Order: sequence, then structure tokens, then C-alpha cells
Amino acid sequence: MGHYLDIILTSLFIENLPLAFFLGMCTFLAISKKVKTAAGLGIAVLTLTTITVPINNFILNDLLKPGALAWAGQPDVDLTFLGFLIYIGVIAAVVQIMEMVMDRFMPGLYNTLGIFLPLLTVNCAIFGATLFMVERDYTFGESVAYGIGSGGGFLLAVVALAGIREKLEYSNPPAGLRGLGLTFITAGLMALAFMGLGGLKLG
Amino acid sequence: MAETTTRELLLRPIFHRNPIALLVLGICSALAVTGKMDTAFVMSVCVTVVVACSSFVISLVRHHIPSSVRIGIQIMVIATMVILVDQILKAFLFDLSKQLSIYVGLIITNCIVMGRAEGFAMNNPPKASFIDGLGNGLGYGFILMTVAFIRELFGSGSLFGIEILKLTSNGGWYVRNGLLLLPASAFFLIALLIWLMRTVDPEQQEND
Repeated sequence: MGHYLDIILTSLFIENLPLAFFLGMCTFLAISKKVKTAAGLGIAVLTLTTITVPINNFILNDLLKPGALAWAGQPDVDLTFLGFLIYIGVIAAVVQIMEMVMDRFMPGLYNTLGIFLPLLTVNCAIFGATLFMVERDYTFGESVAYGIGSGGGFLLAVVALAGIREKLEYSNPPAGLRGLGLTFITAGLMALAFMGLGGLKLG
Repeated sequence: MAETTTRELLLRPIFHRNPIALLVLGICSALAVTGKMDTAFVMSVCVTVVVACSSFVISLVRHHIPSSVRIGIQIMVIATMVILVDQILKAFLFDLSKQLSIYVGLIITNCIVMGRAEGFAMNNPPKASFIDGLGNGLGYGFILMTVAFIRELFGSGSLFGIEILKLTSNGGWYVRNGLLLLPASAFFLIALLIWLMRTVDPEQQEND
């Protein structure tokens, strides 16, 4: 159990996707003007990573890896080169299904998140979480923990940045720095602050 | 006439409509691979190749794509290109491909590629799309190389791994700036770069 908690904590704070690996930057910077929308986006990302990372892990271990197709009588087939195509397909499909389910059963939430959902297919944070899972060779249980932790990390970072940006509206920066430039500097300072959590370890 | 438009297509994305500085696209990888010149260089080449080729292919088949499934088809084309690039890197430049780790795969979700496919290649002939993709790839590479140049020169005192400023640890005079090796420094450098570009060209400023 401690091992899984460790994965969650590490991916939440130390290896935070937007602040340490710069994943999901485009949405991170574009949709962090208000805390409310930022929280909605963060929750959508969290849900998606929690679902897609384990699914892709299952596909990798049971269909793509060398020898994984032994049950189908093809022990020598190695399909890992198809990985990218299949992972992005899975993510696109899950986004689509999630959109339909939410439209049907949770119209309130759907209206808040509606516009972000299709965009999330091409969100680097979600795809990046899957690719990190592949690179680190997680087991199924670990991939569930990593999915929760990495999505949670995005939620945390985007809400924090939105909070700061709401306050920054009252500031008066140089014209060239207004908007994007200042957001970058804020995100940089946050990344430095998150590095302070570097030594955190559980068990 | 045709020549000037081609030139404009190629050059405009580099300064006036830079995909990173003005349109905020494709920043994820821009920040992460800029610790060293060689990774930044390989990454720029990969992205340029993928944008140009996928724009070209998408533009070729643009009349046959039903608009309801166009995003899916664009992603499939892009993913195929990225798999090709990734396999080539693994075969010929294995060390660099290990250093770039997941960022090669992330070209698929790089907004520049999708943005050009959706915004330009779907409505323009193949040749123009190819040039436009090339220009955007170069605009991306331009920012990447600038940031990597500053980070590697002042962070480790070298360029492309060759020592330029002699470090104190090797008996030289230059104390390296550790901050520039941290990921956070890329944020600051890009912010300064945006500030510079927007001061030079005030049209790009945001006023809210």
C-alpha cells in the first residue's frame, strides 16, 4: 500500500506534470484565468488520466508487448511500435464516451466542462501520463495509482495558477509582458516552489 | 507573385506569427527539451518534418475527409508520421532518442501540428500546406534553439556539448549558473523572449 501511496505523492508534488515536465501547458496557460473553470478542467483531466492510463497499461501488457499475444497463438509478435497510434485512439474514444455519458446523466457538469472535453484528446498531460507509464514499465496497480496522482497534480497546479492570476488582474505590468509573459513568469515561480517538495518520501 | 507568397508563407510564422510566442501553441516540449542544444536541435528537426509532412498528406486528402471525423483522421495521419520519426530516431540516434524520452511521442499532441492541419492544410493545396508547415516548424525551432542556446551556454558553459566557457570545476574561471539547468528557468526565458518580441512588435501585445 505504501508503495502505491508513494507513486501518488511523487506524481502529485515532485513530478508534477505541468510544473516539472511542462505537459499540458497549452490548456494549463489558456484556461487558468478563473478558478472555477480551472477547477472544472482539472477535474476532467483527473477523470481522464484515471481511466486512460490503466486501460493503456492493460493494452500494452496484454496485446502489444513481445509474447503478449501468445494466447492467440502468436508468441513472436511484437506490436509495441503501434503504441502511439493505439494510445491516442483509446484516449480519443474515452473522451468521446465520457462526453456522451455526461451529456446524458450529468447535464450540469457537462455544460461547465463541455467546451474543454474535445480539447482534452490533444492535451499533452493525458497522453504524457500514458507515455510515462509505458516508459517506467508500471504494473496494472501502479498504473492506477499513477493515473490518479498525475491527474491530481494537474488539478492542483491549474487551480493554484488560476488563483494567482485572479489576483494579478489588479497589477500593472509593462505592456509587452501583459498576459502571456506574466503567466509564464508566475508558472516559473510556482515550479521553483514545487521543487521545494523534492525530498518528500513516504515509507 | 507566386514566389513572394511562398516566401511569405515560409517566413511569416518565424517572426510575425510565431507559433510559440504569439499563439501559445506547442509549449510543452518547447520547455522540456531545451536544457541542451543537441536535444533541442533534434526535437526542432523532428517537429518540422512532422508538421510539414502531415500538413502535406492531410492537404492531399482534404476533399475526401468528412468534417465530422476530421480530427480523428488528422490525428491518425500525425500519429503515423510520429511513429516513423520515432522509429528512425531509435534506429540511428539511440542515445538522443533516450534523452528525448517521451517528448518525441508527444509531438502527436503538439498543438502546432494539429493547429496547422486544422487551420491551414484543410483549406489549402498541398504545396502551400507543406511550405506553411515548414515555416511553422522553423518558427518553433527558432524559439527552441534560442532558449537552448542561453540555457546550455550559461548553465553548463558549453554549446552542443563542446566547452566554451571554462568551468571552475575544471580549473577555469566560469561559475556555472545552476538555475538555468532547472526546468523552471525555461519559463523565465520564454517570458523574457515574449516580452522582447512584443516590445519590438507592439501589434502582438495583449490588452485586457
